[in-house]
Amino acid sequence: MNNGGLTNSREDAGAVAAARGNQVSDVVIRLAGNSQDGIQAIGGFLARLAGRTDKDVMTFMTIPATISGGPSIFQVRLGTGEVLSPGDDVDVLVAFYQHSYQDHLPTLREGGILLYDSDHVKPNHEEHRYRAIGVPITSRTVEAIGGTARDKGKNMFVLGLLARMYDLDVAKLETMLRAYYQGKSEDVVRNVLLAFNAGYSYNLSQTFSFTTSAVAIRGGQVVTDGNQAIAYGALAAGVRFGAAYPITPWTSIMEILRAELPKYGGIFVQAEDELAAVAMACGASYAGRVALTGSSGPGLSLKSEAIGWAVMAEIPLVIVDVQRGGPATGLPTNVEQSDLNIARYGSHGDCPRIVIAPCSVPDCFYTTIEAVNLARQYNVPVIVLSDQALATRVEAWPMPDFAKLVQELPLDLSPRGPDFRPYADTPDGIAQHAPPGTPMVDGKYPIVTGLEHDEYGHPANRPANHALMVAKRRRKLKVLEAKLPKPELYGPPEGDVLLIGWGSVRGVIQETVDRARAAGERVSAAHLRYLMPLQPGLKELMGGFQRVFVVELNDAGMYGYGQLAGILRASFCDPKIQGINKTDGLTFKTREILQIMREKIQTQLAPAAAGA
Amino acid sequence: MTTEMATLPAPPARYTKKDLVADHPTWCPGCGDFSILSTYFKLMEKLQVPHEKITSVAGIGCSSRFPYFVNAHGAHFLHGRGVPFATGISLTRPDLHVFMFGGDGDAFSIGGNHLDHAARKNIRMTYVIMDNQVYGLTKKQTSPTSPQGFRSKTDPTGNIDQPINPIKKVIAAGATFVARTHSHLPNHVAEMMERAIQHDGFSVIECLSECSEFYPAAFDGANPRKGGTFQLVPADHDVTDELAAYRLAMSPFPGYFGVFYQVQRPTKNALEAQLIADAQARVKNASPTELLTQTFERFK
Ligand SMILES: Cc1ncc(C[n+]2csc(CCOP(=O)(O)OP(=O)(O)O)c2C)c(N)n1
Ligand code: SF4
Ligand SMILES: [Mg+2]
Repeated sequence: MNNGGLTNSREDAGAVAAARGNQVSDVVIRLAGNSQDGIQAIGGFLARLAGRTDKDVMTFMTIPATISGGPSIFQVRLGTGEVLSPGDDVDVLVAFYQHSYQDHLPTLREGGILLYDSDHVKPNHEEHRYRAIGVPITSRTVEAIGGTARDKGKNMFVLGLLARMYDLDVAKLETMLRAYYQGKSEDVVRNVLLAFNAGYSYNLSQTFSFTTSAVAIRGGQVVTDGNQAIAYGALAAGVRFGAAYPITPWTSIMEILRAELPKYGGIFVQAEDELAAVAMACGASYAGRVALTGSSGPGLSLKSEAIGWAVMAEIPLVIVDVQRGGPATGLPTNVEQSDLNIARYGSHGDCPRIVIAPCSVPDCFYTTIEAVNLARQYNVPVIVLSDQALATRVEAWPMPDFAKLVQELPLDLSPRGPDFRPYADTPDGIAQHAPPGTPMVDGKYPIVTGLEHDEYGHPANRPANHALMVAKRRRKLKVLEAKLPKPELYGPPEGDVLLIGWGSVRGVIQETVDRARAAGERVSAAHLRYLMPLQPGLKELMGGFQRVFVVELNDAGMYGYGQLAGILRASFCDPKIQGINKTDGLTFKTREILQIMREKIQTQLAPAAAGA
Repeated sequence: MTTEMATLPAPPARYTKKDLVADHPTWCPGCGDFSILSTYFKLMEKLQVPHEKITSVAGIGCSSRFPYFVNAHGAHFLHGRGVPFATGISLTRPDLHVFMFGGDGDAFSIGGNHLDHAARKNIRMTYVIMDNQVYGLTKKQTSPTSPQGFRSKTDPTGNIDQPINPIKKVIAAGATFVARTHSHLPNHVAEMMERAIQHDGFSVIECLSECSEFYPAAFDGANPRKGGTFQLVPADHDVTDELAAYRLAMSPFPGYFGVFYQVQRPTKNALEAQLIADAQARVKNASPTELLTQTFERFK
């Protein structure tokens, strides 16, 4: 007996007729339930489906730190055309429980759809801001699966509902479900399909279909999260040794590498702590290739002494930091961009290293490969600064060209000639190593040390030598800086406002620029991919704008600007550099950036005219 | 892990210990560490471990300066972290002979946790801990093996804390070769080192090594030339008997010298190699490009 989902008195027939078959180009669906409901699975399948058709996709997930119990959400944005951010407002809120309904209703846009489990949720019928559709999700799932089944499978029922609502490719979805649960017992597969089909055949009052894509997106894209992209990027780059200690949200990278590396002839060690992990990586890199370690903020703090050793000894190393909220244990499952300073400076002494921040899931993949190559070209640690939002974001992206990309890192044990000087004071300042196992023609073997050393690597504390070596270690980053591309500019090179961003905020900043320009504001954006050294041309770029706002997910600090803004102010002595910051542990919305930007423009004096 | 073979010139002639001598040690005259160094030279000369394959690793401390005095590949890492550093080398380079040298503070205090985990994982390396029961490099502070009552700059009225029993600690953690020796008896040091090197696994030698500067005469009680008794582990001791090894380790100073414990247990090196062989057989030795392509096809 199906009442067409008309459990809400406001659902009059007229509205239903008007809504049916609506064309949409972009939809944001938020699934809100508890962590054991498997809502990530719904989002994952939607994302994969989008990747297989012509839709672009981006997801946003928060998971509670506890294993079971506790609220959990997964947001997926599907669109035809390029999807840049998880979306400001929710078009469809799927509420499994009363608390899901109460907590997430404010995110639902005016005129959006509340799809709720009428077995658990009693919505406020006086509220007319949205359309409510009640579906007895729990009882229908139990009914569909039959027997003594409990409500496990609600997620598949909801996936079916959404497939119907958005006219998704059911045949493909079914194939994916079968493939995903292949290997599980027949009962499991049967129940999954029963629940899915029950959801799909539920007679919904509201259906839509997607417009065909304006921007051609290649079908056959791959769908991964950011952490997968980093792990497989490391494998493609030739990394064959890694060591780490588990910590959210870094852990899935090491889980993948532990499972995958043996197939590639490599080893990943779960170390006793982060101090050991980075030490093992230093040892393996010293032994001749490039090793990888990684963590989140707390672990990066622990690794910082050894990062200094690798800088001093000029040993290549890749350190991934998947940022979360800090300090201390902080917010383990939220996003923040507050590790920039420790990534750039963390470790005592003058300690130059490379820091790169990926901005999207595919960029996580390519940045990791680049990090490996920069580490070995410059014999220096490279920090890949990802974050929780990228780690859990699922995106569809073009299949990488592995035949071209995959590389091996050779071990060079060829005999080294006489007068071998690993730390020779060359113009590019880059050390040359002879890993253990290398025969030394003159019979003199090198010791690699964290003590200051001379050109031969012998400990040396002569004052002039330290100055020379500090300059040498700095100089090689200057050599890299000169080779870096100019920052990516989005919008015209002149205007009133330049928004500068780094890492995962790139997409939402670009959307902000689009919206601001549509409203007549002269706003452009620059994205910084390299955070140490900084890309050249930044000063000239900022010169084209009245105001510069650095948009970062970290604290505006004592003086009103965040970590990158502080670095840019210190580097360019330009007080027009201001900050747009936020510390609620969530990604930026375009609306938030626009609002802060407009407020700051109104309340602050216009910067002095150029040349005044 | 595969290791490309270097194109070597003609096999080198036998080397002598003179070839292994590097800078003259910066240790104080009378420091116990000298005799360990010269024993190491003699042993390498005897065993003819290929010169370029000798890799000496250390943390920080007087004893940890050891690699500078050996003309062979080596690294001077961070205080307490030499063991995981050596682990990274050992696991990636099965062709090398990895030696770890360091002091009691490096091993049992700041690096105490690493020691336990390298022991339980049975990482292939030889670790010589030069125990002087004091912090030498930083000039006489209490160490985790300093006896109660020992007066140091951080315990001017005498150490009040119970010291660690090194032998018990490493056996409990799972080391597969555990021996104790005394730097004033070089022949015994040589014997222990040789047996440790020949052991396939994580081998630990606690070597009492006098700090002539800050804790002189500390080990005279075990030095026959100074009127002490050097008591060997009883000939009938079963080195595979863990409880018997504990009982020996619990006898008060000067205690016993010799091999306390030795068992054969697969090394992590071997287990990882097996894991690799199995995984590669499962994927029919697919190349990295093939593996990645297959995985990403599944992500479509
Ligand atoms: C992180 C860190 N903390 C402290 C030190 C200072 N430090 C260097 S060696 C040492 C103790 C050395 O004692 P031990 O390991 O017993 O070696 P010994 O000098 O006695 O041979 C200390 C505290 C350091 N180098 N690094
Ligand atoms: S201070 Fe002690 S341990 Fe250090 S070199 Fe001198 S005698 Fe040896
Ligand atoms: Mg000591």
